[in-house]
Amino acid sequence: MEDEAPRHDEDGTDFHAIGAKHAAVAESVELLVIGAGEAGLAAAIEAARAGVQVMLVDENPLGAGLVGMDVPLLFGNRWTAAVQNQGRMTEQLLATNPGLEEAFELGVDVRLGTYAWGAFVAGPNLKSLPGPAVGLADEARSWLCGFKHLIIATGARDLVYSFAGFETPGVIGALGFSSLLTRYEAFNGHRLVILGSGDLAVQTATLAFNRGLEVAALVEVRSAPQADVSALVARGVEVITGHAIQEARGTAEGVASAILADVGSGNQRAVSCDTIVLAIGAVPVVELADVAGARLRRSDAGAYVPTVENAPDGVFFAGDCAGLGGDAAVDGRVIARSVMRSLGHEVTAAEPSVRTPLAPADTDAYHMEWMRALIAAGGLDVVACSCEEVTRRDVLTVQPPRYLGAPIDRRDISTLTQDGPVNQDQIKRLTRACMGPCQARRCREQVAMLLAIGADVPLAQVALAGYRAPVRPLPLGVLAAADESPEMAEGWNVWFGIRKQWIPYADIGTEREIDRAGRMMHF
Amino acid sequence: MSDRKAASVIIIGGGVTGLSAAWWLAREGVDVLVIEKGIVGWEASGRNGGGCTHYQSPLFDEEQRLWPQMDELLGYPTEYRRERVIIALTQAQLAQYQDHGDICKGMGYHYDILDAKQTRSLVPLAGDNVVGAVHYRFGGQANPQRTVQAYAWAAQDHGARILQHTAVSSLVMEGGHIKAVETDRGRFDCDHLVLAAGPQTAALLETIGIYLPMAPARAEMIVTEPLPLMAIGGVDGNGLYGRQTLRGNLAYGGGPHEWLEDTPAIGGSTARPSTQLLQNLSKRLVELFPKAAHVRVIRSWAGIIENTPDGRPVIERLREPDNLIVTTMSSVGFGLSPATGHAIRDLVMEGRCSFADIDKLGLDRFSNLPRDWRERQGWVPSGVSAATTTQRNAAIL
Ligand SMILES: Cc1cc2nc3c(=O)[nH]c(=O)nc-3n(C[C@H](O)[C@H](O)[C@H](O)COP(=O)(O)OP(=O)(O)OC[C@H]3O[C@@H](n4cnc5c(N)ncnc54)[C@H](O)[C@@H]3O)c2cc1C
Repeated sequence: MEDEAPRHDEDGTDFHAIGAKHAAVAESVELLVIGAGEAGLAAAIEAARAGVQVMLVDENPLGAGLVGMDVPLLFGNRWTAAVQNQGRMTEQLLATNPGLEEAFELGVDVRLGTYAWGAFVAGPNLKSLPGPAVGLADEARSWLCGFKHLIIATGARDLVYSFAGFETPGVIGALGFSSLLTRYEAFNGHRLVILGSGDLAVQTATLAFNRGLEVAALVEVRSAPQADVSALVARGVEVITGHAIQEARGTAEGVASAILADVGSGNQRAVSCDTIVLAIGAVPVVELADVAGARLRRSDAGAYVPTVENAPDGVFFAGDCAGLGGDAAVDGRVIARSVMRSLGHEVTAAEPSVRTPLAPADTDAYHMEWMRALIAAGGLDVVACSCEEVTRRDVLTVQPPRYLGAPIDRRDISTLTQDGPVNQDQIKRLTRACMGPCQARRCREQVAMLLAIGADVPLAQVALAGYRAPVRPLPLGVLAAADESPEMAEGWNVWFGIRKQWIPYADIGTEREIDRAGRMMHF
Repeated sequence: MSDRKAASVIIIGGGVTGLSAAWWLAREGVDVLVIEKGIVGWEASGRNGGGCTHYQSPLFDEEQRLWPQMDELLGYPTEYRRERVIIALTQAQLAQYQDHGDICKGMGYHYDILDAKQTRSLVPLAGDNVVGAVHYRFGGQANPQRTVQAYAWAAQDHGARILQHTAVSSLVMEGGHIKAVETDRGRFDCDHLVLAAGPQTAALLETIGIYLPMAPARAEMIVTEPLPLMAIGGVDGNGLYGRQTLRGNLAYGGGPHEWLEDTPAIGGSTARPSTQLLQNLSKRLVELFPKAAHVRVIRSWAGIIENTPDGRPVIERLREPDNLIVTTMSSVGFGLSPATGHAIRDLVMEGRCSFADIDKLGLDRFSNLPRDWRERQGWVPSGVSAATTTQRNAAIL
């Protein structure tokens, strides 16, 4: 049955296919650096000095909305009203970060308060992009910035474990804490209990002291501190080894004490405090790299990091997001030189970037020890995923969410593993753990640890759950395309726009088929 | 699971089509083995809009009959919710949706027309730009990921075996019949074979020299943080399809697809990138639901689906080899899956579909199709050289 031929675009693809319909990017730059932490800043400065055109993007100061959602760090509801004033925060940021001044002077286009929510690079099953680009946004709108080279220097975020009372204001991550304290001067706690006793915990305690805060105790699950704590002990800090936290006790106003449990005897003790800082570990922020199409691998230091060898074209990684430890600034400079080399600049031999693992060598084992101790202390009814209210037990028994009513008792992780290796994305689909608005920043790692326990496999065998754009939870109104190509608007169809796909079956082969072709649609 | 490398019925593909068929067969005691290259529902079946309202299909009545019973029949929740509302932002759209409604009315299904005020009271997120809506008192939507797992578990409960992480590389013919399939874990013998491998169906069929024209494409969706539940979860319009999940998230898709290279039998690249299309989707979702402008988008994703040249399924038990059932749902197979499984069960056990005429969904309708049909229809990857104008004009669709 012949009828009018379907329309095609200029490039020969069908009128409703993506073809070349994506809008041109709003701006573009030779080198785009995401993250103005030590690595990103050093990279931007190094490249700008050599005459490269650089844009440096950083999401700080964050909008109050994201701070309240613990994105990207665990801010734990322990901030002052100052974080609501983005303008003042910007001044604060510039004042505390002299490197930004230098970058400005070198002509770097510095964009603060700007989120990078996606990175799009041509690759397998994606040929339709007008060019490589990063999705950027501020509080009001979103746009795309094209790049020739991209350095992702997104740093690290908090490794979060939950426990009873986890959502009480004052349970905060070490990185969230230092961000509020130093970047924003907006921390409103006074007396800290710090979980962990490794370098991160010691640095956190030292920072707190230097800012005039009280540190009541460091809590360590192992029988000995994991770093040199003598200076802290000399300042009167108690290092409580062989303990895990059982509960953050307090009111809706905030934490009043940390209830600790002895890992051997289970005996409890309370330490009064208004803030509990999780300083057990940190996690490289690889979500933008993942979305850009980088391959991620598990590093020796127990974290997923992008592989450099088969990185997407023009994409580089620097600093903590490429692997924890080491000197991020040096790493940033080294990566900037690689970029310059590929831009055809003369580059003198680079200083080597040495990565000295910050975390103990047995990171996975250490993280798992904490997980097991937290389970022993708090049981299985503690919520693991706060957004979706999924408990540790729900994860282990693969329960559907509570709004569905009836629990399912015929399936659990062990029945699932009879069908194949445990998979965090599958558990996410079934339990909703990691599906919430914080984009799993508060539960991703601990859910993986629960799966390792449930399936009785090494943590490294639990494959990383995928990341998806937008890697910051931004409002529809902000992400909405401001400028769309006319072809996009004109060729938009609810489904494929195949002229006869929706013709009622009875009409196939009749006159009505021709009459209705192209008029029917999917709903 | 038993390691026996044979089954009475082997089903290639653990998507909704294959799993529903497995469940229908297993509940009658048939010895079924599903072979899936990844995890059940990992492809389109776990990445779609969840719509269950397919008036164009000969399986429509069966789809409508079954969905309200599926939770009970399967013994696991699918999150099925009834009815659909299509919001019109222009008079022309309203007229078009009414036209669709009238077609369904002719088949015995009821719909109402809502004015702007009624629309806003039924759909609180709608705004002042609404002209009206049609409220289909049939159809509905379910949670694809939960549904896929429900089929799989229900099939297993009835004794079906599901072998994941095993890719079929070819079909084995002997004496004019399908004898077995070759996989990366060796050969599996069968009496009947059901081919339900989504975009890989054509390439698998090619291994026994049968040509099934299909083209794979990538389509994208976005999802927001949860909102209070609306009375009707399935609200479409403004070029979007989608649903409010039972948890409250808005999950929506629509707009341009990207045609991909042909897919090799064992499955090529599994990349399912999503793009800045999320901005265009967000724009349309804010226009559809102006009161949701503040709601945060938390994810986007893409799924890969195949289409036949006319966009219609192939569901057929071939004459030769006569123990092979070929199915492709041509990009619209989630909602129909309860009925498709039933049809496949009938084809395996009785040789014909007992509840609907599906004769027009046979493979022979493509027998005169030129081999360069993809170029002619423009169903080619972006940037691939354009078809000539004469070819375009000769396109048969
Ligand atoms: C974004 C999007 C939105 C959609 N919205 C809707 C909607 O609202 N309503 C609707 O009804 N439909 C919708 N669809 C279409 C629907 O998802 C598909 O038509 C349906 O899931 C097809 O199911 P299937 O089982 O036939 O194929 P698939 O889901 O593709 O399953 C095929 C399976 O076969 C496996 N396989 C392939 N090759 C091999 C091999 N060699 N060996 C072993 N296993 C193999 C695959 O891994 C896969 O799991 C949508 C699709 C997408 C992508």
